[in-house]
Amino acid sequence: MALTREQMAQRVASELRDGYYVNLGIGIPTLVANYIPPGIEVMLHSENGLLGMGAFPTEEEIDPDMINAGKQTVTARVGASIFSSVESFAMIRGGHIDLTVLGAFEVDVHGNIASWMIPGKLVKGMGGAMDLVAGASNIIVTMTHEKGGQSKLLERCTLPLTGSGCIRRVLTDLAYLEIHDRAFVLRERAPGVTVEEIKAKTAGRLVVPSDVPEMRLSNDANHGSPAHA
Amino acid sequence: MAGFDKRVDSARQALDGLTDGMTIIVGGFGLCGIPENLIAEVHRRGVRDLTVVSNNCGVDGFGLGLLLEKRQISKMIASYVGENAEFERQLLSGEIEVELTPQGTLAERIRAGGAGIPAFYTATGVGTPVGENKEVRKFDDRDYILEKAITADFALIKGWKADWYGNIVYRHTAQNFNPAAATAARITVAEVEEIVEPGALEPSHIHTPGIYVDRLTQGQFEKRIEKRTTRSA
Repeated sequence: MALTREQMAQRVASELRDGYYVNLGIGIPTLVANYIPPGIEVMLHSENGLLGMGAFPTEEEIDPDMINAGKQTVTARVGASIFSSVESFAMIRGGHIDLTVLGAFEVDVHGNIASWMIPGKLVKGMGGAMDLVAGASNIIVTMTHEKGGQSKLLERCTLPLTGSGCIRRVLTDLAYLEIHDRAFVLRERAPGVTVEEIKAKTAGRLVVPSDVPEMRLSNDANHGSPAHA
Repeated sequence: MAGFDKRVDSARQALDGLTDGMTIIVGGFGLCGIPENLIAEVHRRGVRDLTVVSNNCGVDGFGLGLLLEKRQISKMIASYVGENAEFERQLLSGEIEVELTPQGTLAERIRAGGAGIPAFYTATGVGTPVGENKEVRKFDDRDYILEKAITADFALIKGWKADWYGNIVYRHTAQNFNPAAATAARITVAEVEEIVEPGALEPSHIHTPGIYVDRLTQGQFEKRIEKRTTRSA
């Protein structure tokens, strides 16, 4: 069975470590905040200038001066700091963020990522995505394995790039893969998904080690977590 | 004191000298921390052919969206312009020129402009459409592209509190691009929620020192929310 969006978020959350500063993109990455493993503390970075993003506010707490990079109203948790856009992107560009999770339209075996523009459709802008992929050393891309029957894991991206040679890890609804030596290396399968299915749905070169374990999804949604309840 | 008293009587007076064809940097992120009254004054004046530098371009009927509707903007330098139907229309019809710039590069271009640095190298955008036709240089085996600083005729910024000297404090994430914008224009105009007596603000808490601020006004703010998201209590 392909993973649900929540299960994908759960799998990514198992990569979080105590003391990590983490930037979560819009979509599936945002859901990761709901699955922070118990007993560890992470600080969520929002590129409009907030480190330590908390839960959404209650009706009484809503403050128009307190938003995240998705322009949603949020709160700041204890230990948070607020700063300018210049400072925020110095943190990103300077490599101070421990983990970045973002979505994509396409990823290829060279570590290229396309996530911001589909020619012929309207271009809404790259926002902070290009800075994030260029500045982070530890990035996980989350996306569906295919779209409309077309593989999104390619030999060479077809859409305009967000960043080149910067992606090493991809989690799809079917598999967890790493990028090494111009190939996707299959590390884990979604529960019940066969290696053959993943092979058939991966357009870029795929290396299949002798043992490809099923993913372990153990954490339940942590509804007491500080974000996105 | 008079030489340092930045207060002016109205938004109208604050934008004295703004004319057609000028470049303006406008602070804010989405609708958060935007100089609402100064934007409204630009709208009222009807100046045209403006180049506007701002992370976003407001929404239909509010913020910089007002200037779009009146066709006052000929070029926009921004990182994200989505969720604005009039903007989409003008972009697709070629009525407006758009220079899409990665958000961090935009912030740093404005910072550099204010700090007297004409250009800088960054890895952001290398190998993407943003890097096309830009100088590439290798440092320690990594490619970087040369990005040029941005300066403007006017900067319009929004603060929370300021004293007469133009020392400004921002509130929460309404800070965003405002401090950088304040530094990068020939004339910086700040509007704030409250103007306080000199001495009322702690010097070490100032975000934007008054040296960057030329004119200061107090405004009333609607503070429209773009995406109201809540949790149950």
